[in-house]
Amino acid sequence: MTGTILQYVFYLAVLVILAVPLGAYIGKVMNGEKTFLSKLLNPCEKLVYKVTRVKSDEQMTWKKYAVSVILFSGIGFIFLFLLQLLQGVLPGNPQGLSGVSWDLSFNTAVSFITNTNWQAYSGESTLSYLTQAVGLTVQNFVSAATGIAVLFALIRGFIKVKANGLGSFWVDITRIIIHILLPINLVLAICLAGGGVVQSFKPAETVSLVEPIAVTADGTAIEDAVIDEKNNIVTVNGEIVMGAEIITEQVVPLGAAASQVAIKQTGTNGGGFYGVNSAHPLENPNPWTNILEMLSILLIPAALCFTFGRNVKNRRQGLAIFTAMFICLALALGSIAVSEQVATPQLSQNGAVNILAENQAGGNMEGKETRFGIASSSTWTAFTTAASNGSVNAMHDSYTPMGGMVAMLLIQLGEVVFGGVGCGLYGMLAFAILTVFIAGLMVGRTPEFLGKKIEPFEMKWAVLVCLATPIAILVSSGIAAAIPSVADSLNNSGAHGFSEMLYAFSSAGGNNGSAFAGFNGNTVFLNVTLGIVMLFSRFLPIIGTLAIAGSLAGKKRIATTAGTLSTTNGLFVFLLVFVVILIGALSFFPALALGPIAEFFSSIA
Amino acid sequence: MRVIKSALPKAIMIFLIFTVICGVVYTGIVTGAAQLIFPNQSNGSIIEVEGKKYGSALLGQQYTDQSHMWGRIMNIDVTTYKDENGKSLMYASPSNLSPASEKYKELISKRVDMIKKANPDMEDTAIPVDLVTCSGSGLDPHISPAAAEYQVARIADANNLSKDSVRAIIEKCTEGKFLWVFGENTVNVLKVNLMIDGILK
Repeated sequence: MTGTILQYVFYLAVLVILAVPLGAYIGKVMNGEKTFLSKLLNPCEKLVYKVTRVKSDEQMTWKKYAVSVILFSGIGFIFLFLLQLLQGVLPGNPQGLSGVSWDLSFNTAVSFITNTNWQAYSGESTLSYLTQAVGLTVQNFVSAATGIAVLFALIRGFIKVKANGLGSFWVDITRIIIHILLPINLVLAICLAGGGVVQSFKPAETVSLVEPIAVTADGTAIEDAVIDEKNNIVTVNGEIVMGAEIITEQVVPLGAAASQVAIKQTGTNGGGFYGVNSAHPLENPNPWTNILEMLSILLIPAALCFTFGRNVKNRRQGLAIFTAMFICLALALGSIAVSEQVATPQLSQNGAVNILAENQAGGNMEGKETRFGIASSSTWTAFTTAASNGSVNAMHDSYTPMGGMVAMLLIQLGEVVFGGVGCGLYGMLAFAILTVFIAGLMVGRTPEFLGKKIEPFEMKWAVLVCLATPIAILVSSGIAAAIPSVADSLNNSGAHGFSEMLYAFSSAGGNNGSAFAGFNGNTVFLNVTLGIVMLFSRFLPIIGTLAIAGSLAGKKRIATTAGTLSTTNGLFVFLLVFVVILIGALSFFPALALGPIAEFFSSIA
Repeated sequence: MRVIKSALPKAIMIFLIFTVICGVVYTGIVTGAAQLIFPNQSNGSIIEVEGKKYGSALLGQQYTDQSHMWGRIMNIDVTTYKDENGKSLMYASPSNLSPASEKYKELISKRVDMIKKANPDMEDTAIPVDLVTCSGSGLDPHISPAAAEYQVARIADANNLSKDSVRAIIEKCTEGKFLWVFGENTVNVLKVNLMIDGILK
């Protein structure tokens, strides 16, 4: 047990130790300062500007910045949409897969340009190697870079005084990809491949089974079958089963996985190369690859808090935001870990099943891999739903009612507990603006944040940024609940079935991408609706954030006086956490009561 | 409108150049390096003995024979993949069942009966949870040391081996935690069974 607890502590400790120096590095890169990689990478950066004729000193207004973001994402969408439709006739398709249907292509293209990576398909059996590498891997990079770029536009809004421009979107994403994402991922991908993650252009392998399996004509396994491989006869209790097939080989699907897995983790994308994501042994083979992939989820989002503090020249502000996020994360992680270790009475069978942590992980192992057990699975779940990553190394659908609920709640809080790269922090800063406003009202002071006055214009947009996720989730899941055909997509019945649907819309609305994966999202209605939800909750906050940034940049700086409300002390951290939880919990309590809470009480009854 | 016109060509150029850098160059470099330095790992960790491919060390298979070690419960899928002759290939998927339902309770109860029947020597021992649950990938190649120990008596009986020699095989196929802390101790079921069958030494 001490070993298990140590594991949780070390995971969090290593995360913080890595995030601090990376935060400083990112801050330097984005200011154009010198780093240890400058000599190597600056020429590459300049080459990109030369080829694309980008002026590296351009200053965009917030509107131009927003238009650039939307155009860039739009082009990515069109390219990815067409690539999927046409993959059947394109090269790089050794498995001979056909083109993807229009609605699934739409959903997947939206999903990847919005950094959600919701997957209504199974990668290994739906997408060609070309689509995965040139389509999805590219969007993993650029959608992550877009989120970080928007954050830096906001940071400049705080730093600049009576200025008009927020920097250039093209320069920002170029710097982010070349100086930050590419170096980290090259190293990470090669480490993962060394650990056993597949990285190959060869077609899928077939290997022998130790024990052949007999299946009926429709593919269900036959129990107690006696297999006569020589004569191709299957008997059960002496009777021959007609139409039975004997399976003697297994498939080992291959592809360029490691390179895509690295960026899907570091860019808080989360879209797995394989359908079951990082639970798949070829995508995450052992505890070593697991720690690399898992820490990568929160690495950049956590580092950006420190970058923020550094670049607004108020390190304590960065630390305050980080602390608020960290407290939420630790609370969530603790709840998930306890729920999963305790498991359910349905599993323990009055002691007939051993769920103690002796010589095994114990606990609720349904949907979890032996090599990860409870600790590494619970930590991953907390990380991936806190960040809007959405990759999984265990099936959230099979979590205990309370464990699954906390995961869902982390998404519903608006993905601001670290959140997506860039977008988590700008979302949290919108909450911070809301908090100073509320606190300001309570004590009768003019609200201000980092020396900038917060006025109605900023407040309106901040509220929209904060409420975009709850509105998107509640409206869309409300509509879906009223449509009878959606019930066919559920894998479980009753309250848990409702949770599956609510989780799907939360995941899309939070741009997370994880799922209660028994839910079949691949229907025309769900592909289209979930796609629209993802677009709404990605681009409304981006526009809002840029509007705030533009307005702040144009303001003068007010001097700090004795009357200024501190936004770096413990009280502010507490207020911020309180506001985040208040808005999330109030919005979602009724829905959660119908799903996981109802399931929890009926399971212990 | 004017803003869109001036930004559009840049957006297209930047998108294309990063498609080449991140999609082609990056993927190519990683694949080249992986194939060169880690050829076995990057091609699926396949166990090959005298030219025959006996499975991937990373993918679980289903074992029901008394003489073999059993793994996690599998949810077999034979409809997704076919070989070039149209013969079905085995794959598997997770159950995605809630562990808190009545239906699940009945399912586990059936598995408990089945496993107790197959391991009569362990009548009074609670069954390690790995043996009655489906994994996250459906293809988990491992079980816990507790789940392996539970089967020692049966495997020894069925193969006319001593319990200690079965334990020695298990010991050889056990992988520890990373740095003694991270992850869990695991027993690779395929390797154990290949050793029992005398294929792997």
